[in-house]
Amino acid sequence: MIKLIVQLSSPSLLRSVSVDLNNDSSLLIDIPDALCERDKVKFTVHTKTTLNSFQKPDFSVSRQHEDFIWLHDTLVETEEYAGLIIPPAPPKPDFESPREKMHKLGEGEATMTKEEYTKMKQELEAEYLAVFKKTVQVHEIFLQRLSSHPNLSKDRNFQIFLEYDQDLSVRRKNAKEMFGGFFKNMVKSADEVLISGIKDVDEFFEQEKTFLLDYFSKIKDSTAKAEKMTRSHKNVADDYIHISATLNSIAADDNTALKQHLEKFAELLEKLRKVEGRVASDQELKLTELLRYYMRDIQAAKDLLYRRARALADYENSNKALDKARLKSKDVAQAEENQKQCLLKFDKLSESGKKELTSFKGRRVVAFRKNLIEMAELEIKHAKQCVILHSTCIDLMDSSFIFAVVQVRGRR
Amino acid sequence: MAEDREPPPLADAVQTDFREVEEGEDLFVSTVSTLSPTSPEPASFPAEDISTNSNGPKQEILLDDDQEDLFAEATEEVSLDSPEREPILSDGPSPAITPVTPTVIITPRVDALFDRSLDESFLNYSGFLFLSSSAYRGAAITSLSLFSRNEFSVKRRFSDFLGLHSKLASKYMHIGYIVPPAPEKSIVGMTKVKVGKEDLSSAEFVEKRRSALERYLMRTVNHPALVKDPDVIQFLENTELPRAVSTQALSGAGILRMVNKAADAVNKMTIKMNESDAWFEEKQQQFENLDIQLRKLHASVESLVCHRKELSVNTASFAKSAAMLGNSEDHTALSRALSQLAEVEEKIDQLHHEQAYADFYLFSELLGDYVRLITAVKGVFDQRMKTWSKWQDAQVMLQRKREAEAKLQYANKPDKLQQAKDEIKEWEAKVQQGERDFEQISKNIRREVERFEKQRVKDFKVVIIKYLESLVHTQQQLIKYWEAFLPEAKAIA
Repeated sequence: MIKLIVQLSSPSLLRSVSVDLNNDSSLLIDIPDALCERDKVKFTVHTKTTLNSFQKPDFSVSRQHEDFIWLHDTLVETEEYAGLIIPPAPPKPDFESPREKMHKLGEGEATMTKEEYTKMKQELEAEYLAVFKKTVQVHEIFLQRLSSHPNLSKDRNFQIFLEYDQDLSVRRKNAKEMFGGFFKNMVKSADEVLISGIKDVDEFFEQEKTFLLDYFSKIKDSTAKAEKMTRSHKNVADDYIHISATLNSIAADDNTALKQHLEKFAELLEKLRKVEGRVASDQELKLTELLRYYMRDIQAAKDLLYRRARALADYENSNKALDKARLKSKDVAQAEENQKQCLLKFDKLSESGKKELTSFKGRRVVAFRKNLIEMAELEIKHAKQCVILHSTCIDLMDSSFIFAVVQVRGRR
Repeated sequence: MAEDREPPPLADAVQTDFREVEEGEDLFVSTVSTLSPTSPEPASFPAEDISTNSNGPKQEILLDDDQEDLFAEATEEVSLDSPEREPILSDGPSPAITPVTPTVIITPRVDALFDRSLDESFLNYSGFLFLSSSAYRGAAITSLSLFSRNEFSVKRRFSDFLGLHSKLASKYMHIGYIVPPAPEKSIVGMTKVKVGKEDLSSAEFVEKRRSALERYLMRTVNHPALVKDPDVIQFLENTELPRAVSTQALSGAGILRMVNKAADAVNKMTIKMNESDAWFEEKQQQFENLDIQLRKLHASVESLVCHRKELSVNTASFAKSAAMLGNSEDHTALSRALSQLAEVEEKIDQLHHEQAYADFYLFSELLGDYVRLITAVKGVFDQRMKTWSKWQDAQVMLQRKREAEAKLQYANKPDKLQQAKDEIKEWEAKVQQGERDFEQISKNIRREVERFEKQRVKDFKVVIIKYLESLVHTQQQLIKYWEAFLPEAKAIA
């Protein structure tokens, strides 16, 4: 299977985080647009397929975030897929941060000049748009990972999700009643089961367990810290807006030789803040989002380990039951059958689990490599641009200035 | 101190020698250094050595470039216009002193040292002042002749600086000189230092204060009139200085100051001056606007400093986390790359920290200084208003006395009449003096504002350039670090 990482024409590069689309174009999914109404985001899920299992070759439906969650949960709770890493569910669209900032901006409007306010508003609108784009892509990637998985792409519920042209909320409610979050409750103590469980006979799984548990906590920490770092960067960029605006006001009133310098300085800061903003958002996409995505993916891998551990426990229980049945000479056949089934399930899980975990590692390394390279390249590009901006600014300031620079340099 | 010359005239004759050291006081060491090209022997400033530069072309004061020296390119004219030098002492005609323009090289440098020799911890500030005087007229009591040595250092407390400022303000503000304001007291900062915490924040506080005091001294000695003031000389030279008790906030003098400030504020509102001079009206408006804008800018820059410090801290914390992640990673090449990433981020956090430092010491502190300076400028404009008001009051009084005299003429009371005539003479003189004072202060202010504006332009230009250079340097370092990291990332197989 040739792994292809497809970059789509949209400016956001989140797609490169994880998706391998196989050559098979029998099922192509994308989210061409979405609508944001108050708190609700409505995604348009567009499918193009050559498969007969679908009624039409090309169709679109409208889905909400809750529908994605329903799909994810159904897959997780399907026994058949217990040995697979189920792609992590997309996170809920979160417009809290830009909304809060917009609110604060509204409150502080009186203290700013019109120019300043407009710029801040633009920044916020851009941020809002960025969050929006991010959430669209995260939902899209979820679907694309499903469609490129040999087993999951054939899932009946997946097909319903893509095709059913009415509201899914009725289905969702039924599902909730059926499963009642039963499995979810169990998953909560998954970590405990994994950690306190018996040392695994299988070397591979024992290693994976140790590794994944440790790695998960570390990557969770890194994600949080990267997020804080990016936010500070954005704050610095925002400060440049205020400083630039005030410098312009001072320059406007100034009629000394300082006027030109203030204006140029203000102009430079305005340009710089755009670059700084881009540095922050690039860092977010390449680093923070990368870490965040793999954090969730590792959680999904841990879930797989958990299911296997549970299957092992089931098998061991069935052994005990069989022994008991033999002692009592009652229902032996049934117990034997049960034991056979448990063993089968466990073996199947182990086999498929091994495959999934190995390919997961490869996928992770490739994604990290790509993103780290891209991030470094972007940082260099932005820093070089900054240097050019600064130099141009210093040159533009009048010659007596340069005289002062020479003097200052000479005295160092 | 040199013995072969006249002792410096002290503005106030009262000296009580005491040197109690109490808690919470800083000691400052101010070092004055004079390099005199024409007098190789530091102690001798022969009275007859007169340069030919009297009333000649402007001389320059060159300042040595120090790390924190923001005034490297400041040039200033020093002129000994004696009539303005000792305003308080003379109500009548000024002493006949021929003005000269000597060459002076002044470089104050203030260092801060912790001195734990006594029970409490102190801050010693030692100042270095390089002062060169080549020409002066000895007959006059010129301040520069009072610098007997080329280089000397003294210990000064923080309150001594405040005391100096308060003396200078009371002497010169009412005739229109812009007296540079001293740094503010900070109870929080000082308490931390007192408590003996030698951590990062108290070290930062000490450095901030030291730097502020240095800039204060620089501005003071750059002022052509102030540098010759005996209090300034004494401050820079005397090993022992009488304690400036009146600078304490809750002392009697402190309360008096607050009362005066309030009274001034009220007066400002009630005095309605007929401004005949458009220049003053324009300038006053200009400074009002500049005040508002600079305060706003200062607040924004302070926010920038804060955020950049946060960025530095967050980057450092991410670096540590990335290092741990790298350790945890089982794929060898990726693990190495993550560790490299952690190292890069650690270096970057240092960069941000240094940039925040530059943000603060170059940009933010300059703005803070100028916000305070402009308050001083506005104060001087207010003084002019007060002078005008006093003059007007004198005129009103004169009118009243004349009316009284006219009445007495009618009533024909010869002895009272004489008294009335005397009073009229007295008030006529006062009116004349009032008018003269007003004209003098107006003239002074014009000159001071011109000097101030020149200095402002210079200061800002220099700082903007330096700041831009710091920004460029940061970006260049970033390029270096990321370019070093890139091959590591590419090496992940």
